[in-house]
Formats: sequence, structure tokens, C-alpha cells
Amino acid sequence: MSSGAKLGHIVPPKIRFREPQIEMAHGAGGKASRRLVEGLFAPFFFGEFPGPLGDAAQLKINGARMAVTTDSFVVKPLVFPGGSIGELAVNGTVNDLAVSGAKPEALVITLILEAGLRTDVLQAEIQAIADSAQRAGVRIAGGDTKVVEHGKADSMYITTTGLGAPIPGIEIDPRSVRPGDKVLLSGPIGDHGITILLARGELDMEGDLRSDTRSVFPLVGALAQAAGPGVRWMRDPTRGGVATSLNELARDCGLGVILFEDSIPVHDAVRGACELLGLEPLHIANEGQFLSVLAPELADAALKALQEAPGGDEARIIGEMREQPAGSVLVTTLYGGSRIVDMLVGDPLPRIC
Amino acid sequence: MKYVDEFRDPELITKAAEEIRRLADPNRHYRLMEVCGGHTHAIYRFGLKDVLPPNIELIHGPGCPVCVLPMGRIDDALSVAADPDVIFAAFGDMMRVPGTHGSPLEHKARGMDVRIVYSPTDAIKLAKLNAQKHVMFFAIGFETTAPSTALTLQRAKAEGIHNFSVFCNHVTIIPAIRAILDSPDMRLDGFIGPGHVSTVIGCRPYEWIAKNERKPIVVCGFEPLDLLQSIVMLLAQLQKGEAKVENQYKRVVPWEGNRAALKAMAEIFQLRPYFEWRGLGFISQSALRIREEYAEWDAEQRFHVPGIRVTDPKAAQCGEVLKGVLKPAQCKLFGRECTPENPVGALMVSSEGSCAAYYNYEHRKANLLTSISASA
Repeated sequence: MSSGAKLGHIVPPKIRFREPQIEMAHGAGGKASRRLVEGLFAPFFFGEFPGPLGDAAQLKINGARMAVTTDSFVVKPLVFPGGSIGELAVNGTVNDLAVSGAKPEALVITLILEAGLRTDVLQAEIQAIADSAQRAGVRIAGGDTKVVEHGKADSMYITTTGLGAPIPGIEIDPRSVRPGDKVLLSGPIGDHGITILLARGELDMEGDLRSDTRSVFPLVGALAQAAGPGVRWMRDPTRGGVATSLNELARDCGLGVILFEDSIPVHDAVRGACELLGLEPLHIANEGQFLSVLAPELADAALKALQEAPGGDEARIIGEMREQPAGSVLVTTLYGGSRIVDMLVGDPLPRIC
Repeated sequence: MKYVDEFRDPELITKAAEEIRRLADPNRHYRLMEVCGGHTHAIYRFGLKDVLPPNIELIHGPGCPVCVLPMGRIDDALSVAADPDVIFAAFGDMMRVPGTHGSPLEHKARGMDVRIVYSPTDAIKLAKLNAQKHVMFFAIGFETTAPSTALTLQRAKAEGIHNFSVFCNHVTIIPAIRAILDSPDMRLDGFIGPGHVSTVIGCRPYEWIAKNERKPIVVCGFEPLDLLQSIVMLLAQLQKGEAKVENQYKRVVPWEGNRAALKAMAEIFQLRPYFEWRGLGFISQSALRIREEYAEWDAEQRFHVPGIRVTDPKAAQCGEVLKGVLKPAQCKLFGRECTPENPVGALMVSSEGSCAAYYNYEHRKANLLTSISASA
């Protein structure tokens, strides 16, 4: 799975990292991950007051602007319904560039392989990388390979670093978000996370589900064309899910996000699995969806453009920005109930009864 | 989704809420306890307090098995699992519950072999796959999960699986309700009865609550409409001055319970003379132990268990919250020293714990609702 927050630039409230050791939760994309990045990494790299942490860093080199991002993939199992680690590694990084308002241009691939990995397994993933890169329209510009002792890694890990060219007229900045702006979601949530959970075979459950892994760049392109500067913010809700991405937005812009529960598209198989396991669909990982905040006057046109683009038919406006509850995400129901949905804490663990 | 959507229908929910408003005497304050942690979770998750009139107060009960477990039990089990030849297996919601030196998950990060299982039979599979190791299943839960532990032990014996044992923490719901009713600082008008537990024990064991204590109790499902309908049924009884056991969750709960499950439990378990509950203290005959015939599969008989007793941190008021005397936010540690990420007590860990439910879904919302509805 791809990572959530990355090193870029802002972040007002100061976070300290006090934990004595690294736990699994620090990699799960939720609160603990954010603390690690903002509390331990950012102070060293960006000084006391770094800017907002976006999905990709924006650089200017010799006058030319470019977006850079990197992401590591350690998914298990390597192959699952709807995709594989190679496909994820391409799409994940491509999507981080896309939601940063950049057209993905090139990828550099790093492989960490466990001694004993079968060649046919590796070859299948290299093929998957090549195919997905071609589909996404990105070049593979280079790479590196390391092999570690058997037992020191789990089959294979992939890191992809992506370079992108900024889409003209789009400025992604959480600080530009205003009350009244609309929150748009590109399609149904939770498919990837639940597919992986089921594919691990630890649950005696089966579902007709596939990972949603895909490049979202064509959809982002359609959105940019329809709404241009009205696109204020985008994010691909990977680990930690929609709830974590929107909580980060709420914190970065100081506004509240109100979600209309009945508008959030979720496939029945995902809902069913979440009901059974006591999980919140808003916390489940996605690999082929993105969230966007749009200026209200352009929201309808943008939604229409997205729904008419291939693969965008299930896009919905799922909420809006309000002054309150500042810094939080509130989910409302048609019957007038509401609940706060926080970032994911730790890994999602099924409950018992 | 069948059996879910029809119980979340906004129109029906609105109607039920109107019925509640009609039945509730505006001059009276109602204190209704939802015994089960699953209900507490549902109440917050569906934002049901927003649709109830302010004079209906829902008090969270002790029905969260993870929450009522004293820390010493976790320490005991982890001390057994410190042996590198032992695999500690437990349900997901045990994983973050703090012991004195950290949660099972933290022990795992330090190298202990800790596995999440989704049912006790998965723990048996684990034992078969790891023949050279011993798998200890940390069993927890009310009568809801006890039958599956019982069946698992029957299977272990029948199949002769000798590298498997159960560290049994199963508790029973009725003595806990009795302890709540015996508590002098509790004034309750009625009970929203546990749904899942009742699928096993049925409705008959609650009859003394109606007869002797004169409190109505309605066994209830876990969807928003179930909860509102149960409140309607409770208010209707209170209005007529009645105290009966009623079953709102008929689609799942048979009045007589599940005989096969009860039989399996009776074969495997016997009542402990007493058991310590977090917050409620020692309650007699409130927990289950594994019978002598199954001693080989009883981790407490098979291993040396230190019998650690740990007092809760002084400032933590888990006991008061568990009994419903305090609301989660009234605890001195709530949201400051104690959060879902750094829980002091188990109530902040389990999704069924009232503190976690309150923190996750309600906390921060309280002061904001007026401004939200004003701008909606």
C-alpha cells in the first residue's frame, strides 16, 4: 500500500515524537504515522516550522517546476484480486503526483528482494510494473536492486520515486480551502483494503471484490479541465482511508469537514465485511480513488465532467467544508444523527462481538 | 444490504424518535442503562443521542468484556507467553489493551509471538501449523463467545491436540447486572438488554430484574431502529407503571436461548467461586473456569500463573465510568493522559468501551452541534 503524508512544506501545531520505539502503527498511515513524520523527520529536514505535508514535494530547479514523490510497497500477499504489488507500486506513486496537481512523467524503481524469491514471481511483477507504467503513460527512467538474506525481508519490497510536471492553472493548497467548498470523491471506497484483508486468507470470508488500483490521473485531468483553479485540494486516500485524509485536511486548513453518510459510495461487499468485522469503511485503504475540495460554483460542472470520464461514473459530492467543527470531520445521517470520525489509530483491528 | 438497511431507514428512525418524544413525560428524567458495549458503540456511531430528547439519559453499562478485565489477568497471560515456545493468540480488540508493561501488540513489537485470530478455531489451526510450539488462546467475552471457546476445547480433546490451551476469562452477564443494581449510587429506570448474549442465554434469566427489582428490560438489537424501538418499549412500560422482560430482537434471540450452546458451555465450564471485575471488584459466581476433565487444555492449570493483581492508576476512574456513575468525559484523565492511542484503561481501547466510543464519535462534537444545525 502507498503512504499517506509525505515530506513537502507547512504544518502549524508542533508535534513531538516521544515514543521509545517504532511500532507497526507508525507505518499504518494514521495518527502515529503523522506524528513520526511531523515530530521526528520534519524538524530535521525542514527546521522548526515546516509547511503543509502534501503528497508530493514541489521543486523549482533552474527555473523549471517539478513535483517529486516517493513511496514504498510492502503489501502481502504480492498478488491479490484486481492487482499485484508491481501494479500498486506504479499507480500509488502516479496517484501521489496526480493529486498534487502534476502530470506523472517518469518513475525510478528500487527493488529489495529476499534471497530465494522465485524468478517467475519476480518476472510477473516486473511485467506488471511495465504494463501499468505504459497504461499510466509514465516512463521507467531507472532503478536499483538489492538482495537481502532469506528471512530478512518478506519476498519483495518495491520503492518507486516519481517525477511530474505541474498541471498549469492548478494550485493544490489546503490553506486555500474556504467554508462552503464542496468535497468530491471519485468512486466507491474500501475495495482495496478489504480485498487485501480477505486475500490474506486469515478470515473465513469470501467476497466478490477487487482492488481498485488504477491511475487516477485521467480523472484528475478531467477535473482540472472542468474546474481549473476551482480545484483547491486533492488527496488519494490510501492507508488510513478517507477519514484520515480529510482529518489531515481539516487540521491543515483549520475548518471542519461535514460528510453526508448517505452520499458516500461503498460497495455492498465492503459494507458487509466492515459490518461483520466492526471496521469503519472511512478508515479502509483505497488505491484508485481521490478526494477533492472544489469551489462551490464549479462543483456541479466538475462532478459532471468526472462522471462522464471513463471510470468516474460513481463519483459523488460527499460533503462540504464548514467553519465548525474546526479541525474535525463530522459525519451526518439523513435522520439527524452525527458522529465525529477521527484519523485511524493504529492498524484497523477487527472486534469480537 | 438486507437486515441492515431496513433498520437504518431514515423515515422509520424519524418516526420512532417522534414516538419517543410522545411517550416521554417532559417533567421526568429517564435513566436507561444499555448493558452491552455493542449498544454503546452503536449509540455513538449512529449519533442517536442527537435524535433523543434531552430528558432521556443513556447510561453505559459493564457489558464490554475487554473493559471489565482487570489488568492482572493480561499480565498473567503475558507472563506465560514470555516463554519463546508459547504463541499468544487473541482477538483483535485485546491487542491494544494495556498490561503493566505494555499491550500484547507492544510485546509483539518486542519479539513476543503474538497472533490475532478471528475465532478460537483459528487458534487450533495455528496449533496444528506450529506443532513444535504451544498455542495459548486468550479467551474473553460474555456468554456470546463462551460457546465457541467450549466447542474449540471439545475439538482439541477429540482431535488430541496437545499443544493448545485456553487462558479463560469468560464472564457472565447476570451477576454484573446484579452488582450494578446493588450499587447504592445507581438509580436506573430500566435496561436496554444485551442482544448477542441473549442469543445464547435467552430472555428468561432477566425475569428477576422485572419481578424483584421492578425494572423493565427490553432485549435489543444493534441497529439504530432496534435501539429506538427498545426505548419506545421501555417508555411504554414505564408510562403504564409496568416492569416486564420484552424481546425486541426476536429476529435473532429465541426466548429460551440456544440450548446446544448452553449444553456445550455446561460441559466445558464451571462457575468460579468469585472473579475480579475492573471497577466492580470481586463478584461471586460471575465467571467461568475450565472443568477438571479439560485441565490439560487449561492454561491456568497447565502453566505457572503468577496471579498478579494490579490496582488501577489512582487518577483513572474506570470503575465509576463502568458502573455508569460517571460519564467518560467526567474522568480526570479523559482526552488528556488517556486517549485511544495511549490508553490508561481498557475502556479507551475497545471499540465497545464507552470512553473510546465517546472519544471517537462524540468528543469535540458536544459544543459544536448548535452552530452546525444553525448553519445547516
